[in-house]
Amino acid sequence: MLKNTTLWLIALAPMPNALAQTVPPPVAASEVFPPEQIGHALSAPTPQVGHTAPSEANAPKDDGQWTMPAKNYASTRFSSLTEITPANVKGLAPVFSFSLAVNKGQEAAPIVADNVMYVVTAYPNYVYALDLTKPGAPLKWKFAPKPLPASQGMACCDVVNRGGTVSDGKYIFNTLDGQTIALDAKSGSPVWRTRLGNINIGETITMAPTVARGRVYVGNSGGELGVRGWIAALDENTGKLLWKAYNTGPDADVKIGPHFKPFYPSDRGTDLGVKSWPADAWKIGGGNVWGWVTYDNELDTLYYGSGNPGPWNAEQRPGDNKWTTGIFARDPATGDARWYYQMNPHDEHDYDGVNEQLLLDLPFGGRMHKVLIHMDRNGYVYVIDRTNGQVLSADPFGPVNTSRGVDLQTGRLLVNPAKETKVGREVNDICPTASGAKDWNPTSFSPETGLLYIPHENMCMDWTNMQVSYIVGTPYVGANVHMKPGPGGHRGELTAWDPVNRKAAWIVKENFPIWSGTMATAGDLVFYGSMDGWFKAVDARTGKSLWQYKVDSGVISQPVSYRGPDGHQYVAVLSGVGGWSGAIVSGPVDARDGSAALGMINVMSDLPKYTTAGGTLYVFALPH
Amino acid sequence: MYSPCRTEAVVVAVVCLTACHASHRGVGAAPVLGADAAVVTSAFTPGLDHSVSTIDPRAAKYYDNAAAVNEGMRLFGQYNCSGCHSNGGGGMGPSLMDDEWIYGSRLEQIHHTLVEGRPNGMPSWGGKVPDEQLWEIAAYVRSMSLPQTLAAQNGATPSQTPAPVPRAVDQDSGWSPPPGTTNDYTSLTKGP
Repeated sequence: MLKNTTLWLIALAPMPNALAQTVPPPVAASEVFPPEQIGHALSAPTPQVGHTAPSEANAPKDDGQWTMPAKNYASTRFSSLTEITPANVKGLAPVFSFSLAVNKGQEAAPIVADNVMYVVTAYPNYVYALDLTKPGAPLKWKFAPKPLPASQGMACCDVVNRGGTVSDGKYIFNTLDGQTIALDAKSGSPVWRTRLGNINIGETITMAPTVARGRVYVGNSGGELGVRGWIAALDENTGKLLWKAYNTGPDADVKIGPHFKPFYPSDRGTDLGVKSWPADAWKIGGGNVWGWVTYDNELDTLYYGSGNPGPWNAEQRPGDNKWTTGIFARDPATGDARWYYQMNPHDEHDYDGVNEQLLLDLPFGGRMHKVLIHMDRNGYVYVIDRTNGQVLSADPFGPVNTSRGVDLQTGRLLVNPAKETKVGREVNDICPTASGAKDWNPTSFSPETGLLYIPHENMCMDWTNMQVSYIVGTPYVGANVHMKPGPGGHRGELTAWDPVNRKAAWIVKENFPIWSGTMATAGDLVFYGSMDGWFKAVDARTGKSLWQYKVDSGVISQPVSYRGPDGHQYVAVLSGVGGWSGAIVSGPVDARDGSAALGMINVMSDLPKYTTAGGTLYVFALPH
Repeated sequence: MYSPCRTEAVVVAVVCLTACHASHRGVGAAPVLGADAAVVTSAFTPGLDHSVSTIDPRAAKYYDNAAAVNEGMRLFGQYNCSGCHSNGGGGMGPSLMDDEWIYGSRLEQIHHTLVEGRPNGMPSWGGKVPDEQLWEIAAYVRSMSLPQTLAAQNGATPSQTPAPVPRAVDQDSGWSPPPGTTNDYTSLTKGP
């Protein structure tokens, strides 16, 4: 394993600043389970039967644009451009930058279509269109949606936005106060706006919409405020609601009917979304859709993960709490559920199931399978047969002691009773932490190397449950959490994961959790950003650090690459630290309270020594 | 008594105020001050009028009241205040244990925030819970940043041993320069 030791040691050097409390000592390595003990697969690796790659239907030939955050339906975040290589990347330099005028966490991907770049900011969700055909990429138009200011107080974890999408001449995005808006891509004037969320009940929208075959898919946030999760489909041309499916409650609301064929018996039955909860608790039970919705253009199926059940205090909601923290496959036209798999039945640690899913063809058990790969908050890489919802393998990629693996006969997570959370008792050294071995920030995949580039965390926590009452529009959490670094003390890792042979190819350690996505290129490079403000390129085959550039603030966004009007390759990224992990910098938070920002401050109190709030678009290219 | 410098500043302020007011009503240009026009000065201050006499009499019983801050602490958890403000360090809502007060630090101002809510997401609690409880929560919130409360912090969870709020903290002038500041701005008005 290659370790990025030099850079890491520099980052750890003490700096004269008394702003922060001390970051607690790391959890001992002996506290977590060895990966080989808890990783399981239905059969031994058979790499010889084929090459891992997305299908052409889900990853068509690269046109040099970047029209959706995930790059393509397969969600590979892979650019086939090859101008920038390990040999020349050291010459990569900024060609222009653009202030976003918002100093909150910037989580979006810049979008490039028809030589225009589109960026949506954190609240107040400005949209900028920049003309890439002119020197300096001047502003073509700006749109200010003016979301309700009170929505800021309803967002659990900074006022972020994870991006928009260009489709059929429109730029489509969501606002914090619960609107989906389609703008004319040329003029920036609204084509339609649809209000889907109600901030008065704590509902916000932070996710990036997914657009496919004339439909826009949107889900809500609010799992920390007792908001019932849903996904909705809108008509792309009119914004009209086509269907809406909830993730808790009666089968009719969840759109579970005769076409629902979950792989495991534990997901079969009537109205499990009611029966697996105490009376009426499903009405305020979370299961939100604030992460990634993936459309399968090959199987015409929609996949997405549901968020954590509410409240965090699991003792108030005995039962499996369906259909939270699981992956649904649905019919895109009707919303009808096809299958479901629950990663974390009766979740006790805030392990939302909303992280990205990559759609690949992968050799397994002696033949090629159509799989969905999901890196869950609970620390496992799930390789799932996406035709039926069966888990083929589940292996840990981060520190895990909340479970002892996944039972591949029943599909059920083998919960470790020692790390179950309790009222009135602090349970210590729970790994991974509430934000997960990995949060929302997406993985990329290179068909050239066959590796997944997983940007993630190495953090654990102490947790005490507290009784909590539901009060509409206020947090419904019921937990006192203090996070801490995982084994080794570094808080982030970039893991290059081989999904066929089920092991890490290399790991780069980072001082802070990696809260940005990764982007891989056919030039054999992987790009990502660090929370202390470095935008970096590493060798896709070895993890060797090749290039880095210090931007104005920490990076928690999604890098992209595109071919400019001049035919050259460009790389774009937003700076602007924030989000849950960066609240200590972008939010009005005090480092003396380790429980602040849902326990995140305890482990991030030193971040203000390294970066300040910001918000800037940077675009890089080789000299030409 | 007034130096030319000081008078000029006040005149500019008055003209500005008048102009703004006039434009609101759609009336034309502001009236021109003649040389003999009286310059009116008053106790007009930025922010709160900090004179002692303006303390809301309803706040009186919550000063120097240990029971009030302890009850406030309990209610702060019960009503999910801690969900946004944690144990004073903030999160979804702003930190309450630092010395920055967006809407003022006096008990009556904190109480007002609780009653009315605030535009960036603070809910309005007026009429929904007994008013006395809102005063107790206000006292606890005010206590969070008191030196005694901060000094009592043990570990990474603050505000668990709230000190009573001394009446004196609401009687000061709101801001005074840090120790060591040369505070002689009044001397500038004496002229050469």
